[in-house]
Amino acid sequence: MVGFVSIDALQQALTAQQYIADRPLATAIYLSLKLRKPLLLEGEAGVGKTEVAKVLAHILQGRLIRLQCYEGLDIATAVYEWNYPRQMLYLRAAELEGEGKDQALHDIFGRDFLLRRPLLQALEATADGPPSILLVDELDRADDEFEAFLLEVLSDFQISIPELGTIRAIQPPVVILTSNRTRDIHDALKRRCLYHWIAYPSIEKEIAIVQGRLPGVGERLIQQVVAFVHELRAMDLYKLPGIAETLDWVAALTALDRTALDPETVDDTLGAILKYQDDMEVVRKRGLQTLVEQVS
Amino acid sequence: MLPTTDHHLLDHLLAFGRLLRQFGLPIAPGQMLDLLAALVYIELGQREDVRHTCRTVLVRRREDLPVFDEAWEFFWAAQRQGNPSGFALPDTPVKELQIPRRLQRPRPQRMEDEDRPPDEQHEIEIEMSYSQSEQLRHKDFAHFTGDELDRARELIAQLRYRMALRPTRRWQAGRSRRIDTRRTLRQTLRNGGEVLTLLRRERSWKQRPLVVLCDISGSMERYSRILLQFVHTVGAGLRDVEIFVFGTRLTRITRALEHRDIDEAVDLVSNVVVDWGGGTRIGDAIKTFNWQWGRRVLGHGAIVLLISDGWDRGDPALLAREMGRLQRTSHRLIWLNPLLGRAGYQPLTRGLQAALPYVDDFLPVHNLQALEQLGPTLAESLISNVGRSAPRPRVS
Repeated sequence: MVGFVSIDALQQALTAQQYIADRPLATAIYLSLKLRKPLLLEGEAGVGKTEVAKVLAHILQGRLIRLQCYEGLDIATAVYEWNYPRQMLYLRAAELEGEGKDQALHDIFGRDFLLRRPLLQALEATADGPPSILLVDELDRADDEFEAFLLEVLSDFQISIPELGTIRAIQPPVVILTSNRTRDIHDALKRRCLYHWIAYPSIEKEIAIVQGRLPGVGERLIQQVVAFVHELRAMDLYKLPGIAETLDWVAALTALDRTALDPETVDDTLGAILKYQDDMEVVRKRGLQTLVEQVS
Repeated sequence: MLPTTDHHLLDHLLAFGRLLRQFGLPIAPGQMLDLLAALVYIELGQREDVRHTCRTVLVRRREDLPVFDEAWEFFWAAQRQGNPSGFALPDTPVKELQIPRRLQRPRPQRMEDEDRPPDEQHEIEIEMSYSQSEQLRHKDFAHFTGDELDRARELIAQLRYRMALRPTRRWQAGRSRRIDTRRTLRQTLRNGGEVLTLLRRERSWKQRPLVVLCDISGSMERYSRILLQFVHTVGAGLRDVEIFVFGTRLTRITRALEHRDIDEAVDLVSNVVVDWGGGTRIGDAIKTFNWQWGRRVLGHGAIVLLISDGWDRGDPALLAREMGRLQRTSHRLIWLNPLLGRAGYQPLTRGLQAALPYVDDFLPVHNLQALEQLGPTLAESLISNVGRSAPRPRVS
């Protein structure tokens, strides 16, 4: 299946999909594929954690199954649920047709009545096809209860359904977990995973990323924007702009037909990169004029 | 699945694993096996790749990354000096504080009576002590004698607080109008396919997390030790509690206060904290909290207790801004001020004036009675958990 002969090969495949991964990240992904171990990605918001799973799905041509986490995520939403209305109707119909009750009760716990949620879907890839890519997004937003059964699934890639028996993955999925670190992930879960912290990219790398994602945008604008964003990241701000914000901003400036930064435009579009009023104030106080001159 | 690498490598790896442990990284034996399995796929000649591999397999927290890098450099430096695995590390302990997990508080043992049920015994004792010390309850902590302090600390240790509840997004069996289809169908099956009753479910509730920020600067000196006792008591009964102290800088002392014995706990805190009894920069401390901790500990609608007399040497504008942010990210922001109990006290300092608009409750903490009365405030808003309830009338 997942046949990359070397880290280089994987890195090139990622680059071909416009995902610029540095060597440590590529190594982590490569090992995750080879060892079939889940990969836990942490990092500030907007550094491209989720993107890793999407790009992998493209490269491996597998199905991307995304599970967005939130507090209270339960088995019924994450793993499986029985289709109760359908079961009820079936029982009714069986009764009307005079079918044996025992048979009907047996029938309604068949696979036809099972609603498959993401974690169960992720176990369904066939042996000869491409693997599924399971993205467990923003794991830090889920609660301990969810982590507990996620741990169970990730340990053996199997799920027990009392009425149906154990469902085991024929081909285990590629698993990417992401966390923004608003909460610490439980150690037991971390122990199952490889770990990688994605830092903000260097100026050169970020320029390459923007060029790859937004072809046709002038080089001067990209260089200025990236340099500007890097200035901001060095400042004392509450919420630093991520790569996602850089891309948004370049797109916004392009939509306004700008080919270079000027203080007025920066002032008008600051909302594309800074999401807190306080932060905008800090940056304006520092002087947009000076900042623009610095990066020009 | 052990790789067919030579023993030399294995020795190195094991030595490196040992080194990491000495540096304080929790390396499980399973991880070393994972590492061996991973190295099969890596070109061992590429040292950087080997380093990345070790890092992604062995490190699980961002905080440990720099430690890993340092250990790696150290390891190879030692190799170059021909000191393969026998490291001559100074044997200082790397983990500073080894504190046992919080346990059940020991019950007061003085009225030992084996036959009586423990709860009853406990209650009776509290009653007696309170009747004996009615006077003590109204006296300002600042005027306590040494004996009275000891007595008050015993009393404080017996206080119990409950936090207001918040609705979680989980369900449990219950009586609301929501039908629990899963349980209903299971029950139906047991009854041979007949729906006899519809089972219901309701929201489950959890105690809100509590965050305490306690001022320990010079002007608070007469209060800080006894208030730390109070903070210790508050924390002892709760699952989600985070405790910080500040003077000129913010220090997290949650771990140190987990110690069940208050004296040892306070001693530990004294070791960790560097700025006892110095000046106060409330704004800077709260800013540090907002930036470094806010997102991690205020997630689930926390109640924040800020304990300070409001003597601030910092910038009032900064304080106002950070208080605003703290209020917006918490469920309820309660300022406890020991000076508020004094007759004729007016909160006129510039810092307080800047901060007060962002405070939900402004309450005294100067004597035992005030500490008792705090109980209802913390447990309140059981019903009004959706929005902010109106501030309590301010005591002047």
